[in-house]
Amino acid sequence: MAKTATKQKIVAMTGNAGCALAMKQINPDVVAAYPITPQTTIVEEFANYVANGVVDTEYINVESEHSAMSACIGASAAGARVMTSTSSQGLALMWEELSIASSLRLPIVMQTVNRALSGPINIHCDHSDSMGARDMGWIHLFAETAQEAYDNTIMAIKIAEHKDVRLPVMSMHDGFITSHAIDRFEVLDDADVKKFVGNYMPKHSLLYNPNEPVTFGPFAMPAFYYEQRKQLRVAIDGSKDIVMKVTDDFAKLSGRQYGLFEEYRLDDADVAVVVLGSTAGTTRYVIDAMRAQGVKVGMLKLRVFRPFPAEEIAQALSKIKAVGVMDRSDTVGTLGGPVYVEIKAALYNSKQRPAMQGYVYGLGGRDTGPDQIETVIGDLVKVVKGEQSPREAVTLLGVKE
Amino acid sequence: MATIKELSRKPELLTGGHRLCAGCGASIAVRQVLLGANDQVIAGSATGCLEVSTTPYPFSAWKIPFIHNAFENSAATISGVEAAYNALKRRGKIEKKMKFVAFGGDGGTYDIGLQSLSGAMERGHDMVYVCYDNGAYMNTGIQRSGSTPFGAATTTSPAGKVRPGKPQQRKDLTQIIAAHNIPYVAQASISHWKDLVKKAEKAFSVEGPAFLNVMAPCPRGWRTPNEITIEISKISVQTGFWPLYEVEDGEWKLNFKPKELKPITDFLKPQGRFRHLFKPGNEHLLETAQAEIDKNWSWLKKRCGVE
Repeated sequence: MAKTATKQKIVAMTGNAGCALAMKQINPDVVAAYPITPQTTIVEEFANYVANGVVDTEYINVESEHSAMSACIGASAAGARVMTSTSSQGLALMWEELSIASSLRLPIVMQTVNRALSGPINIHCDHSDSMGARDMGWIHLFAETAQEAYDNTIMAIKIAEHKDVRLPVMSMHDGFITSHAIDRFEVLDDADVKKFVGNYMPKHSLLYNPNEPVTFGPFAMPAFYYEQRKQLRVAIDGSKDIVMKVTDDFAKLSGRQYGLFEEYRLDDADVAVVVLGSTAGTTRYVIDAMRAQGVKVGMLKLRVFRPFPAEEIAQALSKIKAVGVMDRSDTVGTLGGPVYVEIKAALYNSKQRPAMQGYVYGLGGRDTGPDQIETVIGDLVKVVKGEQSPREAVTLLGVKE
Repeated sequence: MATIKELSRKPELLTGGHRLCAGCGASIAVRQVLLGANDQVIAGSATGCLEVSTTPYPFSAWKIPFIHNAFENSAATISGVEAAYNALKRRGKIEKKMKFVAFGGDGGTYDIGLQSLSGAMERGHDMVYVCYDNGAYMNTGIQRSGSTPFGAATTTSPAGKVRPGKPQQRKDLTQIIAAHNIPYVAQASISHWKDLVKKAEKAFSVEGPAFLNVMAPCPRGWRTPNEITIEISKISVQTGFWPLYEVEDGEWKLNFKPKELKPITDFLKPQGRFRHLFKPGNEHLLETAQAEIDKNWSWLKKRCGVE
């Protein structure tokens, strides 16, 4: 670990408690949230901070996730710094509001604790909830560990509120695996977080200057709608630089440097696995073991899924001979999972590009052990050796036949 | 309350030039409600006629800060604005006193927005919710809502050979909100402007949630001439279809007590949506409509302690 720039405390906490702690340190103006497994312990923990006067946030105990996001939109348009949190069905119920939040350019920050979408109903981890909301104009950050979930929460505020971004941010971590397991991580001082996120003062709001009234959410007919959508595209495309600027600033404070993605032993690799979330830890373990056996394998762990860093990924993977993308959600009716499809598309115009195979794994919390990752790497090695052609069809790992 | 002379000098917060129809009850309701506000007001509206007609980008008829979010969440949205106000005021970032009002039509209030409204009322936000009730989804072309009266022909409850318009009675939303035991609930009509402005003033002045259900006819949906909007509103009150009453800290008060109600046919007859009820053979439908009014009126009088 790089030398830390500031004093930090080592804690043992769950990922959810870490996120609630980050929220406490941010002390947002408004939180509107509704409980849902496995996110619930975030809103419970935050409720304790409110009940004990540790924060002076207006905490709205709404009657649904739809109202949670609706109230967040009202509060953010009003000029407040706003946070919320959800999972799965809650995110699905918010769906209508997600694109309104981004279109109104409201910097709402939401912890999304990834959980499988119904049906059948299931409470465990996969990424189908946030992947279902991947095209709603939100910035999507994925965390592998409680440390990353905590860090991303703090960075998300700065990214969302940056004057050149002004977009909502969804910060993901894996349900139960990261949300409920106790992890060791470092936390910043309250004062450092406060200073890092700074004061929020939007240029336009409902409350700050009522004498120059602003109308939010007007009716845009064909003559204007398209241009507003274009502005959204420009904003989210342009947010990539700001995400990295904030990430670098955070590294100066914390000593923890992140990127758009992490490259692990990728430099000289023949084959690579792409993952996001907690599976990266298991993947690192398998890579080290296989490297010891002489297999030249590496990993690309995606952190920023929106804006999708297509160019950078293409660059990082162009010299690899075979790439396996592991998706913890399935986009049924298409080629495979969303990350696979997008990375394949990102590489299409590269002069030099790897063979690719798509894998879906761990749906509904199905355990993902090293064996599944070994299977993927074994497959890729066979492709490199010319023993088999890349499979066009997606492979469902760990499913009972 | 201010005199009509004084009211006439108050600045219009919803300016003219919006695109609501001639004879539309909604804008009249909004203007009368806003006349009852004595502090800075922040407004919101559900998706509907009021919203699309007052905010066709790049124009806005609102001379106060305004937010439209979606159809079913005007109450939740304004509850968020009010929460932001509390937070920013507590943190010394704003000083001015402000009040908050959410508007919605009956579709956005009785039906799709009922949960959001109930939640906001229960949580006790300092806000006024105003339903401009025209008894159908008018913005999308006159479809039946939970507020559509018995027998009314709408595009989703048409009067056909075997079904004479909407077969169900209306939902009584005002009573539902009164059951939330909030500080102030009232039913008002744009025909009784003095009563309405006074009620709006009370609604804005209480600390905590207040709800106004306002009769606001729609000439297109009711199949009435534009110029009788106020008149037909008045008849809705005189027939007992739309009693004027208020529930102030749990005290029920009837604000308009005619010696005798006019027959409900006085309200139904001028409206094209009830035309089929007057065809021979449909007398029993008119009787059903009258019986419902009589029952509700008698219940309300008892509730308000009036004989």
